[in-house]
Order: sequence, then C-alpha cells, then structure tokens
Amino acid sequence: MDLFVNAIVAGILLGAFYAAVSVGLSISFGQLDIVNIAHPAFVIVGSYIAWILNSRYGLDPVLVGVLAAPIFFIVGALIYRIYYAAFERTGQESLSGLAFFFGVMFIIEVVLILVYGVDYRLVSAGYLSKNVDLGFVGLPLRLVVPFLVASAMTGAVWLYLSRTFTGRAILAVAQDRLALQLMGADPVRIKQFAFGLAIATTAIAGALLIMIGPVEPSLGRVYIGRAFAIVVLGGMGSIPGMVIAALLIGVLESLVSSFAGPSWAPAVAFGALLITLAVRPSGLFGRA
Amino acid sequence: MVNRRSFARAIIAAGALAFAAGALVSAPAHAAKPLKIGFSMALTGGLAGAGKAALIAMEIWREDVNKKGGILGRPVEFVYYDDATQPAKVPGIYTKLLNVDKVDLVVSSYGTNEIAPAMPIVMRKKLVFPSLFGLAVNDEFNYDRYFQIMPAGPEPKTDWSKGFFELAAEQNPKPKTVAIVSADSEFTLNAAAGARQNAKSGGFIIVYDKTYPMSTTDYSPIVRAIEAANADIVFVASYPPQSVGMVKAAREVGLKAKMFGGAMVGLQFAAIQKNLGPALNNIINYDFWVPEPTLNFPGVKEFLARYQEAAKGKGVDPLGHYLPPYAYAYLQVLEQAINATKGLDQGKLAAHMHKATFKTVVGDVKFAKNGEWATSRTLQVQFRDVKPNDMAQFSGPGKRIVLYPKAWKSGDIVYPFNQ
Repeated sequence: MDLFVNAIVAGILLGAFYAAVSVGLSISFGQLDIVNIAHPAFVIVGSYIAWILNSRYGLDPVLVGVLAAPIFFIVGALIYRIYYAAFERTGQESLSGLAFFFGVMFIIEVVLILVYGVDYRLVSAGYLSKNVDLGFVGLPLRLVVPFLVASAMTGAVWLYLSRTFTGRAILAVAQDRLALQLMGADPVRIKQFAFGLAIATTAIAGALLIMIGPVEPSLGRVYIGRAFAIVVLGGMGSIPGMVIAALLIGVLESLVSSFAGPSWAPAVAFGALLITLAVRPSGLFGRA
Repeated sequence: MVNRRSFARAIIAAGALAFAAGALVSAPAHAAKPLKIGFSMALTGGLAGAGKAALIAMEIWREDVNKKGGILGRPVEFVYYDDATQPAKVPGIYTKLLNVDKVDLVVSSYGTNEIAPAMPIVMRKKLVFPSLFGLAVNDEFNYDRYFQIMPAGPEPKTDWSKGFFELAAEQNPKPKTVAIVSADSEFTLNAAAGARQNAKSGGFIIVYDKTYPMSTTDYSPIVRAIEAANADIVFVASYPPQSVGMVKAAREVGLKAKMFGGAMVGLQFAAIQKNLGPALNNIINYDFWVPEPTLNFPGVKEFLARYQEAAKGKGVDPLGHYLPPYAYAYLQVLEQAINATKGLDQGKLAAHMHKATFKTVVGDVKFAKNGEWATSRTLQVQFRDVKPNDMAQFSGPGKRIVLYPKAWKSGDIVYPFNQ
C-alpha cells in the first residue's frame, strides 16, 4: 500500500513537471500547428540561465525562470517572425519549417557547448535537499517545488487563454484564421504573440528541470518524444487535456517503475497513447 | 631602365633561388613527415564531458612528445572527428580516417558504446587498437591487437564489481540480499551482468534485478521498489544524470540498505561531487584514480596540474581525476611500444604490447592475453566526510578512501551505508 500511494504521488509530481515542459508545445504545435521540434532545446537554455545566475549570484532557480520568461517571449516572437517570413507566408511550413526548427535545435546545442562546455550543470538551493514526510508518504522538495510552480504556470496559461481577448484570439486562430481576420484581429500578430508565450514557458520549465537533475546541452532530446506524445494524447491544443495526459504519463511511468520494472515504463506510457488514439483519434480532450 | 634581356635574367635567377629555397624547405619537411594518429571522440552529446576532457589530456601528451622531437623523429599530428556520442557514426569515421585521411595509427574514442562499432573496421586493417574505457568490448571480438587502458582486469565484466561484493562478504553479519539496477545501455548492462555473477558466486540472494531506460526523470519509484524488496546491498550501474537521480532518490526515500553504489558513472566528476555533497557520504563506488597516498604514481600529479590549467574555461571536469590520466597513459603505451619496436609494424607492436610492462602516469601497465589489464585495479572507494558546496575538498586525500584492492587500500570501510 505504501509503495502504491508513494508511486501515485511521485507520478503526480513528475506529471506536473511534464506538463510544464509540454504546455508551450501545446500552444505552438497544438494550437498554432508549428512543429517546434526545438522546444525542449529552449527548455535547456532555460536550465542554463538558471544555472548561470544561481551559481554566480546565488539566485533561486524559480526566480530566474520567471525573470527570464519575458526575454524568452521576445526571442520566441522574433523566431516566429523569421519562420513566418521564410516559410508560413509562402506555404512551405510543413517540411521546410520542420527542418528550420531542427536547425534551431542544433544551433542551440552547439552554442551551449561552445560557450559553456559539456560538463553537467546543477543548481543549489537550501530546500532542494529537504524532504517533507506526511505519514508514510515522502515528498522531496526537489519535486514538490517544480510541481507547485508547474501547476501555477499551466493554470495561469490556461486562464489566460480562456479568459482574455488575446487568449481567445489565439484559440480562434487555430480554428478559423479567416473568421479572426473578419473580426479585425491580425492572425500573424496573434500567432507571433502565442509563439512568444510558448517559448516564455520554457524559461520556467528549464529552471524546474535543472532543479530535478543535472543538465547538459543535448539533454533536451530526451524530452522531444515525451512532450509531443503528451500534447497529442491530451488532444491537440487543449491545455486541460495536456495536463491530464502529462499526469497520466507520469503516474503510469511511476506505477510501472514501482511494480513491473522501470524498463517497461516508456512502453506502457506510449502503449496508452496508442490505445487512446485508436479509440479516440483526436486525443483525450481534442475536438473530434 | 631595365631592358628585356636583363629582365628575363632576373626572372630566371629568381626562379632558381626560389627552387633552391624550396628544396631546402621541403627536404627536412619530407624527412619529418608527421605521424598521424586518428580517432573519433565524443565531443558533443551525452558523453562529451568525458570526451572533451580526454582530448585535453591527449593534446598534453602530443605536446610532450613533440617537445621531445616526436616519435621516430616524426612530429605527431591528430586527425579526429566528433562522433557526437552516436555509435552509428563511428564506423564511418574510422573508414574515413583509414581510407581518406590515411592515418598511420588509430586509437579509440571514449567508452564502450563508441569503441565497439570501430572494432570491425580496425580489425579488417589488422591495426593495433589502444582503447579508452571500454568494458568487455573484446569479449565479443577476441581481437589480439586490442589493448584497453581501463584497469578493469582480465575478466572485466566480473572484475569490475568483484571488490564491491568481496567487501560486502567481509562484513559481519554478512549481508544476504542484493538489488541490481542498471541503465539500459551497453556498458551498464555489462556491469550488471558481472555483478549478477559476483552476487551468485558470493552466495547472495538477488531480490531485485531490473533495468531502466536512459530517459528516466525520477528515480524515487525505483528506489522505493528496491526498499520494498528488502535488499541488504544495492548495486547500481548508471550514467551521470541517472547516478545523480539515484543518489538523491536514495537519500530522499531514506534507503536502509547496508551498502549502496557499485558502478555509478558521474560520481567521479567534480561538478557532480560538489552538488551532491554530503549525500555522497558512505557510498561505495568504483573509481580508477583518487588522490590517496597509495596511488601517487610518478608523474600523475604533474600531469593533473597541467590538465587542470588547460581545462580552465573549457566547461569540462576541472579536477580530471577519472579519465584524463588514462587518456594520457594509453598514448604513452603506444609511444613506448613504437619506440621499442622502432617502427609502425602492427604485428611487432602488438607482440611487444602483449609482453612489455609500460611505465605510465597511472602506474605500471601490463596487458593480459585479451588486451585487458593483466591484474584488475578497479578501485572501490568510499566517500567520507564530504562537506556541502566545496569542490576543492576533492582535490586532496581523505574524501574518497580506497577500500579495495588491498594492495592500494588507504582506509577501512564505514558500514552500514545509512548511519
């Protein structure tokens, strides 16, 4: 029983972190239809910024992530401008756009290697080595803090998208670009804003990642498949769906690791994805 | 005014001078044709931290050799390519090194996963193949020109963890049950296979034996499952990010095992040691060189001082205790073999390397028939009195006590792990 409850709790903590990594992708890939394969690479950039400011000035990684988010937003908006001018405007976004983001990913990795080398980077904060025990349930703050921050961030993004005019316009641009134009909104500017928002989330997700474990420039590749799978499983563009999918993958991985053996964890998680898509091709919360 | 005839004479004279000068320059250049050593190296990707550190050590060796006038009177040059920690790239790199770059000699990249794919190419050309930290690669190939610098011993799979299990068997009361957990990759699976054999031959009962994918993020479910299995000792075979995850999870869960460690790569790296700090205390893990008085080989401290200077600002392990001395030493072995045989005849080089004992910065090196060290020197070291956030503490003795082998022992075990 102890093992089962702890596995569920660990899975929820892990799932919330997966949601933080995937929420930006849910906007760019799920809503804007931009296959941003470089998304996890931006997460790694976020980790490096957290490491630099934490190791040099002792700043808390979460604070660094929040402070870096506006800069990431601007970078994201600029990248979308380039993407739009080079590919989307000419209708070449499918294959050429994918190659573009592959290129961005490799450039990020190489720049990180050239500037900061290849050693593993970690952050330190007083609370990261602490544990809270609630009866037989152990809660390591190394995972609890990312859970809380990730929940706040995904909640804020969801509220923004569902409650504000710009947020609704982002949802609308994914559904009917022409109708949005008729309403007087500029779809390109809306998409630019949305892509900036998607990249801004990676600053915080990166800070959370380096709190959980060490980071090196190519680590982002580990999360490419998982993040895309979560977005697809949740239903393209659905933030609540993405959160449910992330928690589902986290809990499944944790339960399988605890009871069947960790080598089965990816197979079971991706098996769940395949079964869900077979029964419900649009994902858990996707529009049929 | 210069007339046409005198202009033509001037041209001829200049041409003759240039020819003579060219001959003077090219004659010694021809005599000192560089000796090219080719290799692939993980300079990007997951193993790049070690790969780049190895390259720094190899460049120090090249500088030393060229200062002495090179090998066989020829300056040494390196031709190398980044294999990006992708084994699939390695065969192509060695094919290019041998067929296009026409290198004189090859040595290996770092690590089991990158060495094994080069073997068929090197074997086809019947070349001597000094290799850098491959675990049991030659078990599959049985190549008589393979020479491996990591001191894993003649039976690398089992020798790797022999000390861990012998130490466990010496404790009173003797622990009974063991958990073996490893990452799903070539090296770690080999290490786990050896641990399994050692556990069985030592009379231990294996109560948990699982692998985990390299992409695992949270290790606490694995540690809790091990705890639930009531394992007295826990043998972990992992790569750096996973090693950090396992240590943190073990401390968070409060693992009650009596021994914890084994084959965790990464706990030898200064940045990780600094970050984990006191969480490392009492962990018993493999290592190959630590700054204990029993391992003070001639030249090793001088080499490390130069490495540490060269490593500054390059984003690699700043202390370089783990791999760099061996990356220097495997080229020392090659150099000494070439000088002894006075040529590059691969058959003679291999024959000499099988019978000679080489003096290197990692001590005397003697190879067994299968190209591994004739005698294992896989250390089992125990972290002791580690303080938080202090990298400098690891540069001196007293933090990683050598428990095994007895010939190199520098202190006694602290047992059990969680006290």
